[in-house]
Amino acid sequence: MLDKLALIPLMPFLGFLLNGLFGRRLGKTFVSIVGVGTAFASAILGSYATWEYVHTFHDGERHVDVVYQWFLSGGVGTDIAFQLDPLSIVMLMVVTWVGSLIHLYSVGYMHEEDGYFRYFSYLNLFLAMMLILILGSSYLFAFVGWEGVGLCSYLLIGYYYQTDFAPAAGKKAFVVNRIGDFGFLLAMFLMFMAFGSVDFGAVEKGAIGVGPGALVTGICVLMFVGACGKSAQMPLYVWLPDAMAGPTPVSALIHAATMVTAGVYLVVRSNVLFRMSPTAMAIVAFIGALTALFAATIGVAQNDIKKVLAYSTVSQLGFMFIAAGVGAYVAAIFHLVTHAFFKACLFLGSGSVIHAMGGEQDIRKMGGLRKHIPVTHWTFAIATFAIAGFPLAAGFFSKDEILASALATPYFASLGKVVWAMGTVAALFTAFYMYRLYYLTFAGEFRGTHEQEHHLHESPKTMTIPLIVLASLSAVGGLIGIPHLLGHSLHIPHVLEHWLEPVLTKVAGLRDGAFAVAEQPEIIVMAGSTILALAGWWFAKSKYATRGTAADEAFHENMPGLASTWENKYWVDELYDAIVVKPLHGFSTICWKVFDAIIDGLLSLAAYFIAALGDIIRFFQTGNVRNYALMLFLGVVVFIWVYV
Amino acid sequence: MIPTSWFLILGAILFSLGVLGVLTRRNGITIFMSIELMVNAVNLTFIAYARELGSLHGLMWVFFIMAVAAAEAAVGLAIFIALYRHRETIDVDEANLMHW
Repeated sequence: MLDKLALIPLMPFLGFLLNGLFGRRLGKTFVSIVGVGTAFASAILGSYATWEYVHTFHDGERHVDVVYQWFLSGGVGTDIAFQLDPLSIVMLMVVTWVGSLIHLYSVGYMHEEDGYFRYFSYLNLFLAMMLILILGSSYLFAFVGWEGVGLCSYLLIGYYYQTDFAPAAGKKAFVVNRIGDFGFLLAMFLMFMAFGSVDFGAVEKGAIGVGPGALVTGICVLMFVGACGKSAQMPLYVWLPDAMAGPTPVSALIHAATMVTAGVYLVVRSNVLFRMSPTAMAIVAFIGALTALFAATIGVAQNDIKKVLAYSTVSQLGFMFIAAGVGAYVAAIFHLVTHAFFKACLFLGSGSVIHAMGGEQDIRKMGGLRKHIPVTHWTFAIATFAIAGFPLAAGFFSKDEILASALATPYFASLGKVVWAMGTVAALFTAFYMYRLYYLTFAGEFRGTHEQEHHLHESPKTMTIPLIVLASLSAVGGLIGIPHLLGHSLHIPHVLEHWLEPVLTKVAGLRDGAFAVAEQPEIIVMAGSTILALAGWWFAKSKYATRGTAADEAFHENMPGLASTWENKYWVDELYDAIVVKPLHGFSTICWKVFDAIIDGLLSLAAYFIAALGDIIRFFQTGNVRNYALMLFLGVVVFIWVYV
Repeated sequence: MIPTSWFLILGAILFSLGVLGVLTRRNGITIFMSIELMVNAVNLTFIAYARELGSLHGLMWVFFIMAVAAAEAAVGLAIFIALYRHRETIDVDEANLMHW
């Protein structure tokens, strides 16, 4: 299997071809079997490859499987090659298994849709592209997957193409991502220029050879611009909340669990380069903290169940970048994994709620769903506890590790404290808005119409099974990264840290990719975030558990300025519209109305002259044979006269 | 012996008649016959000179021209038959689609 890694992405690609070409004619059963089957096949193949990898390489070496040479031009080139190393394996497991569960869930969720085959072929293509992104052995090949997932994201956001907002949201996602991709491309050009290769290993070696400096910092910052676009960080996060226009399983798979974490993967993958440039790390950490706090505050005032989760995703991605920025790469990947579990569970749960509510997404019209959809309720509750950082749930360990690392980072002491403070406030907001969402949706009295109440029903098995699996993972997923503070006395190692150690290459003169956090800050952070989670919970419970939306109305009354700022997302969309979209639109209109008129006018004028000339000449083209004969005769006469 | 100039004058007259026919007639077959007249006027002139100069070159040209004229007649008649099938007439003034 290790020499056939290409099979892993090829499986869903095959599903894409089959469903895309024949799915419409062969019916929904065929599409379901192919779509879900190929996803699970790649998950099984991936697991088998992992098993073989573990038995072949004992020290976490990098295994590269070259399929063929892509191009070679003047000594610069790259291969189509897949690689397996501990980091790729973590991503592979998350993407294939969570992805397969979401495929399964989609069977139930999308069953009524006409575009069923279209949906599944896009979803399969997405999985194939995501696998190329995480298994590619060079920046360029990973970029192929990077662009591919962007395309699928665009296609799936615009899945409901008959509506006004979905295609617009898709376009927005595509354009904003393009800005980020530009940065990524420039970073790759710099790599080609400086190291003559974009292979992960070669770039790492090249960077170590060159040493810290402007070049490495430039590459890192440009790469982070790309990561900002894909992982929805400020200032390029605006597309992700709009991306909720797509079907809910898509939001779970692409816009929560997998694609949006690609930026984090990229930064961790390039950890040697980042470690050489504390400047770039500071930028990453600060942008991450800013985004985490900013999005968390917006999440407090949103009323669309998916919008709350979308801002929550932006905020959690910010946490991952805090970790990557302060040099705690293991914590970043740890949070990536736990986030994939609980956020996928939350999104799928929200899909189940929307399904039960007959398409209603406004939490003000929900409430009291606890008794109607018990399975959804329980899984959602567990995932809420996990994301809020409730002690012993998955999010507790990963978020604590991030905050403790920020406090203890050896790279920049004072900025680390600022980042830690911002992250802590963001964590408090996270707990609050998640419990607000939970209580408004599931507790209290039902606030929808009578018809909706009558229609309420639990989702089918294909939807509840993935929910149960993901909720279990949200509950116990934190066990892969028990902090040393607790682990030492219980003799449980930090599994993930040990596993990822080989990826964080040790370089002489550079700090290690992992650093120990002293006991004291760890205890402070852990106690602090437990209190915060409980405080957020208590506060949300006291406001929303029984009284419905009364607390929101009171908030609007007492602090109208803050409430409307948060509800309107700080008017960032309006700001971008005013400073980017409007001027661009105006400029395009000028080009269209003025320059186009000039260019087209010149062409039309030339054409007019030619036509006028033709009008004169065509007078001789009578179509009468005898006229032509006469002309011929006269011509001969003139010819003879002149020459003879 | 008849002087060569007589042949040449007869050839010129026949050629002029042919030209006149081509330019004035509207019936395709008549135009065709006029062209044959012009061709044969040229043949006559060739033969007259060949006899005058005692050379075989002129005779050889006549054979060429007769062969070409035969081919031309075959093609031309075919064209007129096709024209008649489409238009029920061989009046060349009616065949005037190729104009502005």
